[in-house]
Amino acid sequence: MNAAQPRRMTYREACRQALRDALNTEPRSFLMGEDVGLYGGCYAVSKGLLEEFGERRIRDTPLSESAFVGAGIGAAMAGLRPIVEIMTCNFSLLALDQIMNSAATLPHMSGGQFAIPMVIRMATGAGRQLAAQHSHSLEGWYAHIPGLRVLAPGTVEDARYMLAPALADPNPVLLFEHIMLYNAEGEIPAKLSAVDITTARLRRTGDDLSLITYGGSLPKTLEAATRLAEEGIDAAVLDLRVLRPLDEAAILATVRHTGRAVIVDEGWRSGSLAAEIGMRLMEHCFDRLQAPVARVCTREVPIPYAAHLEQAALPSVEAIVEAARATMEAA
Amino acid sequence: MTTKAHVDRAMLLHLYREMRRIRVFEERCVELYQAEKIRGFLHLYDGQEAVAVGIMQALAPRDAVVATYREHGQAIARGIGTDVLMAEMFGCLEGCCRGRGGSMHIFDRATRFYGGNAIVGGGLPLAVGVALADREFERDAVTACFFGEGAVDEGEFHESVNLAVLWQLPVLFICENNLYSMGTPLELAEAETDIHSKAACYRLPSESVDGMSPLAVLSAATRAVEHIRATGGPYFLECRTYRFRAHSMFDAQGYRTREEVELWRRRDPIPRLASWLLDNGLAEAEELEAIDRAILAEMDAAVAFAENGSLEPVEGLERFVTMEDIPA
Repeated sequence: MNAAQPRRMTYREACRQALRDALNTEPRSFLMGEDVGLYGGCYAVSKGLLEEFGERRIRDTPLSESAFVGAGIGAAMAGLRPIVEIMTCNFSLLALDQIMNSAATLPHMSGGQFAIPMVIRMATGAGRQLAAQHSHSLEGWYAHIPGLRVLAPGTVEDARYMLAPALADPNPVLLFEHIMLYNAEGEIPAKLSAVDITTARLRRTGDDLSLITYGGSLPKTLEAATRLAEEGIDAAVLDLRVLRPLDEAAILATVRHTGRAVIVDEGWRSGSLAAEIGMRLMEHCFDRLQAPVARVCTREVPIPYAAHLEQAALPSVEAIVEAARATMEAA
Repeated sequence: MTTKAHVDRAMLLHLYREMRRIRVFEERCVELYQAEKIRGFLHLYDGQEAVAVGIMQALAPRDAVVATYREHGQAIARGIGTDVLMAEMFGCLEGCCRGRGGSMHIFDRATRFYGGNAIVGGGLPLAVGVALADREFERDAVTACFFGEGAVDEGEFHESVNLAVLWQLPVLFICENNLYSMGTPLELAEAETDIHSKAACYRLPSESVDGMSPLAVLSAATRAVEHIRATGGPYFLECRTYRFRAHSMFDAQGYRTREEVELWRRRDPIPRLASWLLDNGLAEAEELEAIDRAILAEMDAAVAFAENGSLEPVEGLERFVTMEDIPA
């Protein structure tokens, strides 16, 4: 492949190439999780890696989320650099004790004697009729917890390059891969070979209002912005990328510029990340707001199986466009 | 290699001294709790000293330890200074965790002491991971993982022992069966109360030992550690023991009778070892008294160290929530 050319690949291929890079460049790293080896990963992200790296580096685990996540934490404390895959964030609740009470807590509780340099990857989000135990968006919950860094790659380039800095970070990093993005194709600019895991990114500039989103909602939001442009509304799209710690400066900068904000978040509305961002806008740029801050979130139901009900529950392009219009009309 | 612990007079006196150090430390903790110098939960180890002391004696410095919230005994027997431990109880900057952990969360990088975990069963997966890293780095180290019989109720126990056997990891699982998980008697919590027999389901070699005898524990631990070093795989020890005090400082103890506590107190490992040493002419009364005096002086110094400790400035509150680098 000519490195000077932009590279076109799917989000899934980008995730796999990121893993391959990590395993090649960091000898202390290994991947473990349910069906990551022989099966090739529930979403086929790790397909072929077992053959390439062998079973010491690609470890199939029993269906024991708490034990293998906890083992990753112990291994990280003792010098390894584990990459742990949890099939979906719904299953991560079986390991929530280890993520919250151990990974997020032990460095502080030990007075800084131990760091926990590990990455936990998990699939998140709805859209494939997987019903209410495989479809939720829990990244906002995790973003509540001090001690964790929470990432949500919404583009192919972030899927490709976020893992390396995540693995180099001395802290536990949670990486949420949206299931609807795995098949999405994107282009990585020729010169790009690294991304940061600290800042939000303006994916589209605009003067009239700011659409603030992340992860699986990013493509929908960009599409909504295109439609709004046809109506003469110039919307900026801010991709949060990092859900904890939030890039507050970037959020405030775009809203100070436009004076209007719509937050698009696939999490449930009550107590959500969208609520946190809205509150920060109240705290820090109330005087610049020209309209109430609006939110497009998932309806407050367990995600249903039936396609029409599932779609009705999720943020849609139409709902984002409508919220944006209403925000433009307000005040 | 020998399969027996080398037990001579010096070793016996060492076991006695270590158990007494723990007992006296805990006595000081009670006084200081009553004086409100120590607060929070305080789970004391009185009665179980033979377990921590016997196990630690079988470990090498390169080995690792994972413990529970009732871990003063393990910490002392592992060699963490009673001064920094007491300072931790006081919430001082000079404490081993700069006052962030307290009684239930003792950590010490130098002795590979990985906590101090107050989630019952929460330490077991960590121990499996530490052992995995040790094996990958070829450190020839054993991870000693302590937990109570209450942890056996938890799924994490079953998940962790299964994983350790499956991946043949060098973990010494030590169940300190003191018969009560807080106030719940074993027979109200477990369908099979013979805990060590559960290990058979996981093809995990196991034995049950008298946890009131430091020699029995040391001997079993020595065998277990040699088995682990020789095979690379895990081992399970159930130590049958008893806690003399309440679960955490004070409780009404309605869950057990005075008579039962009295019966177990007669098996107190410390006076029993002292009498045995005296009866067999292995120590003079004066010698044991001298040991005691030295221990009292050590604990006086530990309390003084804590009393003179400083408090971390509040500006440091958020330090270590996220780490800036990985400690070497």
